[in-house]
Amino acid sequence: MIEIDAVSKIYGAMTAVETVSFNVEAGTVAAIVGTSGSGKTTLLRMINRLVEPSSGAIRIDGEDTRTVKPFELRRRIGYVIQGYGLFPHKTVAENIATVPQLVGWERARIDQRINELLDVFQLNPAEYRDRLPSELSGGQQQRVGVARALAAEPHILLMDEPFGALDPIIRNKARDDLSAIQKKFGTTVILVTHDMDEAIQLGDMIAVMDGGRLLQYDTPQNILLHPAHPFVADLIGQNERPFRLLSLAPVSTAVESGDAEGAPVAETATLRDAFAEMLWSRRSALPVVSARNERIGRVTMDAISRRAAKMQ
Amino acid sequence: MNSGATQTSEDLRDGGRALWYDKVGLLVAPIAVAAMFLPFMSFAANRIVEAESRSILASLPQTYAVMLLAALGVAALLLLVRTSTKLRAVSAGAAIALLLVAAGLAADHLSADANTYARVRPASGFWLLLFAFSLGLTDAITRLRLRPTTRIALATAALGALLLLVSSGLWSNISFLKEYENQAQLFWREARQHITLSVGSMLAACIVGIPLGITCQNQRGTRSAILNTLTFVQTVPSLALFGLLIAPLSWLASNVPVVSALGIRGIGTAPALVALFAYSLLPITGNTLAGLEGVSTSAREAARGMGMTRHQRLLRIELPLALPAILAGIRIVLVQNIGLTTIAALIGGGGFGVFVFQGLGQASIDLVLLGVIPTIILAFASAVLMDAFIDMSRKERREHR
Repeated sequence: MIEIDAVSKIYGAMTAVETVSFNVEAGTVAAIVGTSGSGKTTLLRMINRLVEPSSGAIRIDGEDTRTVKPFELRRRIGYVIQGYGLFPHKTVAENIATVPQLVGWERARIDQRINELLDVFQLNPAEYRDRLPSELSGGQQQRVGVARALAAEPHILLMDEPFGALDPIIRNKARDDLSAIQKKFGTTVILVTHDMDEAIQLGDMIAVMDGGRLLQYDTPQNILLHPAHPFVADLIGQNERPFRLLSLAPVSTAVESGDAEGAPVAETATLRDAFAEMLWSRRSALPVVSARNERIGRVTMDAISRRAAKMQ
Repeated sequence: MNSGATQTSEDLRDGGRALWYDKVGLLVAPIAVAAMFLPFMSFAANRIVEAESRSILASLPQTYAVMLLAALGVAALLLLVRTSTKLRAVSAGAAIALLLVAAGLAADHLSADANTYARVRPASGFWLLLFAFSLGLTDAITRLRLRPTTRIALATAALGALLLLVSSGLWSNISFLKEYENQAQLFWREARQHITLSVGSMLAACIVGIPLGITCQNQRGTRSAILNTLTFVQTVPSLALFGLLIAPLSWLASNVPVVSALGIRGIGTAPALVALFAYSLLPITGNTLAGLEGVSTSAREAARGMGMTRHQRLLRIELPLALPAILAGIRIVLVQNIGLTTIAALIGGGGFGVFVFQGLGQASIDLVLLGVIPTIILAFASAVLMDAFIDMSRKERREHR
């Protein structure tokens, strides 16, 4: 667990972060959302001590981060920066090997880990190991950046706008991949973004920041249903609220018995996907299939509109 | 550098509008053709009398002369007309080789019925022809985009061929080679001294200048002080700096026993080294700083965020990424020092300048050439070598396989 305890950062007359406190449970994803200048990146950088807090404490599994040397702390925490920051003179394999080498892993173990990570990130090791960053596409660079951050098996991964430079189609895929990898490795992720959609899609918890202060820290559901501050409501966008709410739940949560006409929808799809399909195909109900393609019931327009309403 | 190659393909794509002539050839070919009618050799019965000039036809037996003119004409034409780059390189290279051999033959021919005091040396036509075809050759080689190792091999082969020519005796009747033969031992001693001075001062400047550049980058406060001091040194005229060092160094030598025990005097190698070192600091420090500044903030941040210590960041990330810029600084210094070392002869520093100043004193152009020609060759060779190293160090710009 990561405990952020009354942390402030003051630069001269400017307060970048003002007494922010929240906890991130191990194995979950916390998304810090805010506009530029909200202090979200400063807060993230205080966790691995790239920025030293002016006051307050940050504890990882109960241990105060100030008791560890900064460079040792950083080797234990994965860090993905905006623009990936791959070393342009090192190959993909050398980039990924950075932290394992710093902490003194054996060559064979490093090699094995590089291949494992490249496989996980769908980059064929034989083809990509010896490439230079300039020989990769933007999406591939992003994946190598995340792979490098995860190389030494950190329990915590900090990400600063990790998808900012990707085009929308690749960005969606990259978010899905990150979710899958986070679940596979059980990593605790703290992610900074300015994009509420991204926060809702990825975050188990969302921290909304503005002007250095934490306005709300809650589940996506509660942020959408009960914004604690007008700024939070603004950030969600009133017209978007029902759709964002629908995007939080899979179809499986609204399945009822019965049958429906036409092409089925998977139970893992979101209710928002099901709703879009209904509108598009002018149907009021869709058959639902399981992962093994067995019909398990249907989802109706009625059930969906109940889920999208404010009162549940 | 590579504009030549892209230009070729663009013009080919244009199809109908493709030019029949080559742009560099348009400059080089007329120079070469005009130079064929300028004096090829100059001949003097001895060192005192005024030299007379001889055209190609007058310098060589007639068949040779006609063949040479025809061959040079063809080579110039091949440079002018758009042909394959390889063919251009080969024809320009062949023309240069032909010129060098012809100069030797012409010297033999002209000295055949003269006494041993006769002085024969290449004249304006020869030098212009050499210049034109060298320009064509370097242009073609640049466009071929050879690998760095190939370029080094080519330069080494060219130097080897030149040494072979000198030792073969083919040029023994050319006046400045007569001077060379008279003082071959001295020539090679000064050659060693020239290289020691220019390379030694460059190495010393690296040892001091690279850490200085790192300091400039780390401590912004020191930057302007360091750079302004070095810029000031750079503005002192070279002759003055060599002279200015005589007094403090001789004072040191006579008052500090260790200094004189090291062989340091007010004149000679020591002030020459110190002055060349001082001139070398600005390019090396400045380029180190520029190279470090060029490292992207995201790479720098990533290195810090992954837990590299200050030393590890410098040695593993920042210096390797700054290496091409640092090497470019070393290239500037090396070429600059090879030229400047010539002046060191004035304060007893030795080097090829010895021949230049001796020649100036005795109004002997041959002695001056004996100093100048190897200086140019040395500077050119080190430029080729350093350019190859710089290309090899740009690992992140590797072309896709």
